[in-house]
Amino acid sequence: MNKLIISPSPHVHGKFSTKRLMRDVVIALLPALLVSFYFFGLGAVKVVGLSVISCVAFEYLIQRFLLKTAPSTNDLSAVVTGLILSLNLPSNLPWWIVIIGSLIAIGVGKMVFGGLGNNPFNPALVGRVFLLIARPVEMTTWPLPLTLVTPDATTGATPLAIVKEGLKNGLTIDQIKESSDYTFSYLDTLFGQIGGSLGEVSAVALLLGFAYLLVRKVITWHIPVSIFATVIVFSGILHFASPDRFIDPVFHLLTGGMILGAVYMATDYVTSPMTPKGMAVYGVGIGLLTILIRTFGSYPEGMSFAILFMNAIVPLINKYMKPKLFGEVK
Amino acid sequence: MIKTFNKGGVHPPENKISRNAALEQLIPEGIIQIFISQHIGAPAECIVAKGDKVKTGQLIAKANGFVSANVHSSVSGTVLGIENIADYQGIKKPAICIQVEGDEWEESIDRSTEINRDLSKTSEEILAKITEAGLVGLGGATFPTHVKLAVPKGKTAKAIIINGAECEPYLTSDYRVMLEHGEELLIGVQLLKKAVNVDKAYIGIETNKQDAIDSLKKTAVNYSGIEIVSLEPKYPQGGEKQLIKSITGIEVPDRALPIETGCIVSNICTTLAVYEAVQKNKPLFENSITVTGKNLKVQKNFIVRVGTPLSQLIKAIGGIPENTGKIISGGPMMGRAISNMEAPTMKGSGAIVFITDDEAKRGTKSNCIRCSKCVAACPMRLQPFLLYKLAERNMLEELKENSIHACIECGCCLYTCPANLPLVDYVRLGKTRAMKLIAKPK
Repeated sequence: MNKLIISPSPHVHGKFSTKRLMRDVVIALLPALLVSFYFFGLGAVKVVGLSVISCVAFEYLIQRFLLKTAPSTNDLSAVVTGLILSLNLPSNLPWWIVIIGSLIAIGVGKMVFGGLGNNPFNPALVGRVFLLIARPVEMTTWPLPLTLVTPDATTGATPLAIVKEGLKNGLTIDQIKESSDYTFSYLDTLFGQIGGSLGEVSAVALLLGFAYLLVRKVITWHIPVSIFATVIVFSGILHFASPDRFIDPVFHLLTGGMILGAVYMATDYVTSPMTPKGMAVYGVGIGLLTILIRTFGSYPEGMSFAILFMNAIVPLINKYMKPKLFGEVK
Repeated sequence: MIKTFNKGGVHPPENKISRNAALEQLIPEGIIQIFISQHIGAPAECIVAKGDKVKTGQLIAKANGFVSANVHSSVSGTVLGIENIADYQGIKKPAICIQVEGDEWEESIDRSTEINRDLSKTSEEILAKITEAGLVGLGGATFPTHVKLAVPKGKTAKAIIINGAECEPYLTSDYRVMLEHGEELLIGVQLLKKAVNVDKAYIGIETNKQDAIDSLKKTAVNYSGIEIVSLEPKYPQGGEKQLIKSITGIEVPDRALPIETGCIVSNICTTLAVYEAVQKNKPLFENSITVTGKNLKVQKNFIVRVGTPLSQLIKAIGGIPENTGKIISGGPMMGRAISNMEAPTMKGSGAIVFITDDEAKRGTKSNCIRCSKCVAACPMRLQPFLLYKLAERNMLEELKENSIHACIECGCCLYTCPANLPLVDYVRLGKTRAMKLIAKPK
């Protein structure tokens, strides 16, 4: 007879595995990727492919030859980092900048801390912000979506940048909306007919992925919903106090990296809090900071910085936002 | 309305494949071994000697003090003596060995199948019968029932809660008892109510046993003050604290006993045993045991005499299949792996579950990705990932601060962990060490 196993309970295990969770994130990102391929064409395919391949390659090489440990690239986490990094990049970014971004994301963002699970900051965002500071021109020259009217790729500013620029020039919100640069409607932002990074163009595609992540229980609603709610409330107050100077909440929600950031980057397991209470605090913080940076800072977009800043505070949040013990007595 | 506890818990595949197997008597043969300690508390004191003839249901070991329980012979035959016998895990304990000769019962036991509906006994008489019959909690903890029913001074019992959740996967013996002995069970509930002088009782049953809910509801119209509560299937709903929360909405305060909420929880099989002890004069010497597994040809719900060697149960289902990886006593979430197939069953044995080779192995552990699934799954609302890290580093003070004492070791954290980390294993270890620290006087 074969030998029986003697081990402590539980003797059955659930269906979750790191690989399965990561695969679900990849699946959730597919609609947004397809939309970006549709609107930005071959350029988008190149950026996504290059980013994913170089992230996986760097992770493998660093683990194999630098850390001399067994490579864990088959858990798909490097694929997710690569995808999210690419969705934060413009589709006409030179290939070598994409590779440098991947190296910073995987090398500096993840591996120096000990790999998956130990990094304090979202690796893709580390890569993105590095590029934004190091190559600001290339990183903020966005091709406009290919349309029938303009089949050749042209470049232009993102909605957020148009508004920022207009306000700087002393225009009111209404005047900006009537200007010639402001060529899009909210419907366009829903489906992706706007300029921007690969992943910040179609709200619908991103929300589709959000629904999938919720159904598959990969993430909970706490972080995205608390970010959205904070953005609506905070930018709403500003807008109603002074409609000339502050644009409405719907604009904030649908433009920039808001949905991409709230659903796919702020919810990164490793760098977000462990308890629902903590997640809410973290979400509110990201929402507030994003609007602060967007409206009062010098950058048109604030999502990346807000998430990175709140990443830094996560250990503190975890320390104070503990779950209330069953039957806790004070 | 379907109730449940609000935070934590998991719902593993139910696999209740033995649910249609009716309860079936298994009479042992050869030699049986009855441990003199079948319960939490002091071991009973043996009152028989080598060569004595005993009958089924005869007292063979007397309770030693209040927190202890009587032990009765489960067969008729000749006492061979007291020997140190290895239990399921191979730990040797003193047991009374009896050579089985026929099945002659004590005359005082009413063996008729007729239901005794007489509820005229007083509280004292009921408690005396329960004590005499050596009743212990059959949910696994084997705490003497008469101790549990003794309400401490200054506390009042308000309700009896019967645990029909059977939330562990695979297990079906409680379910069969509810279906086949519904009325006896309800009389048992009435006796318990009377014993502690309360007029309300709840029977919590998960909705995956809807037929048991329906049939008990039908019978319960004849018995006052018994409410059948439908519960959403979720593990560990059968945990005492979770069950009280599910049914009453009240949380047992940290470090306090359930009586603090006015609730006394009893298991289904224990309640049936109360009926048998009080109405039929039958001591606790047999219990229902589910024998099940995906790789077994037959699924069984046996009524087994205490002390029957496991090998006889295994023989009855046709031996151990080739692809068995693990055999568990109890459910797969909290049960213990068995290493000794010759060990005798005990009062608290509830199930023998066969797990196949592929299911038995744990996945390879990888880095914690801080997904917080363990935090969401913990029914005691602890932070398993943190306790795991602290226990691994033996940081006992920090473990204490993070309430490791409250862990009920249900295993939800490990079940849900995508990185296959041995969470509850380390928490158990840390808890044992930290509790010593807590217990140590300053």
